[in-house]
Amino acid sequence: MNALPSSLSATVNAEPVITLDGIERSFGFVQALRGISLALRPGRALALVGESGCGKTTCARIIARMDHPTAGKLQFRGRDATHAGTGNEERTYRRAVQMVFQDPFASLNPVFTVHHHLARPLALHGHAKGKAALAKGVAELLAGVGLEPDLTAHKFPHELSGGQRQRVNIARALAVQPEVLVADEPTSMLDVSIRLGILELLARIKREKNLALLYITHDIATAAYVAEEIIVMFAGQMVEWGSTTAVIGDPRHIYTQLLLSAVPDPDRPFVPGDSARFLGHAEEVRRLSRPASSVVEEVGPDHFVRALGTPS
Amino acid sequence: MSGPLLQVRDLSVDYLIDKGAFRAVKNVSFDIGRSELFGLAGESGCGKSTIAYAITRLAKAPAWVAGGEILFDGQDLLKLTEVAMQKVRWSRIGMVFQSAMNSLNPLMRVEDQFHDVLRRHNGFTREQSRARAEAMFKLVGVPVNRLRDYPHQFSGGMRQRIVIAICLALEPALIIMDEPTTALDVVVQREILEQVIDLQRSLGFSVLFITHDLHLMSQLCNRIGVMLKGELVEVGDVKQVSQAPKHEYTRKLWASIPQLPARAREAV
Amino acid sequence: MRFGLQLLFRQKKAVAGFIIIATLALMAMFAPILAPNDPAARVGRSHQPPTVSHYFGTTKMGRDVYSQFVWGARPSLAVGFATGLAITAIGTVIGLIAGYFGGRIDGTLDLATNAVLVIPNIPLLILLASFAGTVGPLAIMTIIALTSWPWGARMTRAQTMALRNREFITAARMVGEPSWRIIFVEILPNLVPLIGINIVGSIIYAIVAQTTLEYLGFGDPLNVTWGTMLYNAQNSSAIIVGAWWDIGAPALGIALVGLGLALLNFTFDEIANPQLRSGPALSRWLRLTRLRKSELEAAR
Repeated sequence: MNALPSSLSATVNAEPVITLDGIERSFGFVQALRGISLALRPGRALALVGESGCGKTTCARIIARMDHPTAGKLQFRGRDATHAGTGNEERTYRRAVQMVFQDPFASLNPVFTVHHHLARPLALHGHAKGKAALAKGVAELLAGVGLEPDLTAHKFPHELSGGQRQRVNIARALAVQPEVLVADEPTSMLDVSIRLGILELLARIKREKNLALLYITHDIATAAYVAEEIIVMFAGQMVEWGSTTAVIGDPRHIYTQLLLSAVPDPDRPFVPGDSARFLGHAEEVRRLSRPASSVVEEVGPDHFVRALGTPS
Repeated sequence: MSGPLLQVRDLSVDYLIDKGAFRAVKNVSFDIGRSELFGLAGESGCGKSTIAYAITRLAKAPAWVAGGEILFDGQDLLKLTEVAMQKVRWSRIGMVFQSAMNSLNPLMRVEDQFHDVLRRHNGFTREQSRARAEAMFKLVGVPVNRLRDYPHQFSGGMRQRIVIAICLALEPALIIMDEPTTALDVVVQREILEQVIDLQRSLGFSVLFITHDLHLMSQLCNRIGVMLKGELVEVGDVKQVSQAPKHEYTRKLWASIPQLPARAREAV
Repeated sequence: MRFGLQLLFRQKKAVAGFIIIATLALMAMFAPILAPNDPAARVGRSHQPPTVSHYFGTTKMGRDVYSQFVWGARPSLAVGFATGLAITAIGTVIGLIAGYFGGRIDGTLDLATNAVLVIPNIPLLILLASFAGTVGPLAIMTIIALTSWPWGARMTRAQTMALRNREFITAARMVGEPSWRIIFVEILPNLVPLIGINIVGSIIYAIVAQTTLEYLGFGDPLNVTWGTMLYNAQNSSAIIVGAWWDIGAPALGIALVGLGLALLNFTFDEIANPQLRSGPALSRWLRLTRLRKSELEAAR
């Protein structure tokens, strides 16, 4: 029905722009992240999937430098960038890594038009100077995300639909001309019927602009539309990861299997009397998946599963 | 008792604007039978939530019911006085809103919130409320020993379950759920809805389930209605609407929802 | 920007308030035309009631109350408005900076705010005035402004902190906006309703504070303001003698300013909180709802 993006592209072995190596983050006694290692490569997308509280947003914030890890290394273009740098280094990083947030409405300043939101980054980063150049730049950005410049540029956020707002947010991130785009649940607050449009847009700009895309979601069904690689997270750990085809086609970890079984499937109506079984099963899976474990099994080419840890 | 539980006939709702009105719901008619799960699907802004609020007469300005009838057990709800309507709300028609988890009073213990509702509608004493609350907690799967906790001590999914429990405590005949799981993760979503279906089977209430997620709706409901810009464009049995939709828009809606690759769906 | 004047003027209350203030301001501006004679000149007999030649009667010393009222509006309004704006400006800037940066900057400014808050301005002014003898309008303005900003600063700080955590501010930071631009260009416009309320409240406060000082005798008695008019009226026992116009005129002036500003204030409240908005659609809805309710009751 839908084709998974090809995992073979010219850039498959390109140098990663961002690498995470053994990243940990704890808040007091709470261990939000442990042992996170991943690589973001140009022109490829990585999906980070898990329930709320699994640490995926913390991971995104660390990559966007809105938070810092308590252990582990973050590398940017091969050089260590674990902690916030000074002046120039900071500016370069900020220019290279942009983020799209979950709430399309809250991400836009209600008192300014779409034009303002897009012209500012263009002007700040010197991509366009002067009214005419800015107007042209804004129009190009809008067209690039599938919006009509004449109809959209002068509108205020409350005059746009949810999908349109999210497209504007994406355009704003692109105005900076980044190398990495972190999309934190970009479609969770949109109607299911318009999610595909946004996902296709992300996939297209990833290819056209050779971006390294980090796609964060709790809805594993959407991951397949955008990402060649996927990481399933639970309780701060990566429990299963690898190519999307492998992980979704042949899920080996009990948590991945639980996630996949929870995706609404019109061919599988709920059966009364079943709830106790499902609830019990879900609770059991969570209980078993929670303990930390450092044993990783390679179950196939580009397909890894973390063994279950022993409960303490 | 025979005949449908709820009959909506030619319902029209306007939003009053400075010059004139915008018709948000246009001549909508549908029935909900006894012990039936009915789903109302459509994109944001199609008017489905407006209908829910119109049924319970909780529509806030500038929403204005311009015409039609809402027959609940044969009685037209639109013709009731406010006092009479208050007797219907909660005790006969319950409602679970989208951010219902935020509609719990943050300053009151959960047990007290049960008592608040049960005392008002059924005249229960504290002991009676406590007993009913315990029974409801067991039904929805929340640990009974947490009755004296405050809402913020529960997760979002748990709070939604508590709201459903309070709703069910009054044993209404119809429960309206407006996007009850939209803000929750897929696993929690399935847990809650599986439970709703179980409860529905054992307690026998009807459900009006409103959402934009057509796939979810077809897992849960017996019959489905599809709305587009205030009009009900298709209504029918879930199998028919999903496998052989009659209206172009319904077909488009089905085609636009992200799905797992076919192989993965079979595997689980 | 969205908060145009049109939004303001759609509310009837705003229009009424604006008319009142505008009338008084115009009256003050055109004082030479409306009351061509020197307000300090003795033109009549002592404590004459209002007549055709003296619209507001005369004072104990035989001065024309009407002239004094018209001319007195100038310093009273000017100092009041200027001080109100100064209070708001100081409070807003401090609140913005404290709210946005947080941490040590916030801590320091918070300390300053609390310190100034504790200072009681009227007694301080009285103290200063008793040392200086009399206090001119500029000095009054400075002292009131420097001691009254904490209230506005607190409000602004709280609102700024709430906005700072909103995603559009985080997005602005990510895109590379410098802090000063975020504070004054991205956050500030969202505070306009709050600032409006602040300005109006501060002006009312400043006018009352100034009048109080002058009424207590700390103003410059040679300067004609509404406050000194009250002072003189009080000293000449106007009420006891039955010369109500002597006290009435300046009191009326202050009351009108307060009323006009309060009406404007409601409107800023309504802009800030859309749920309070009245407007033709809402009025219609309320009317129809009431009608329907009575029909249902009747049909029972």
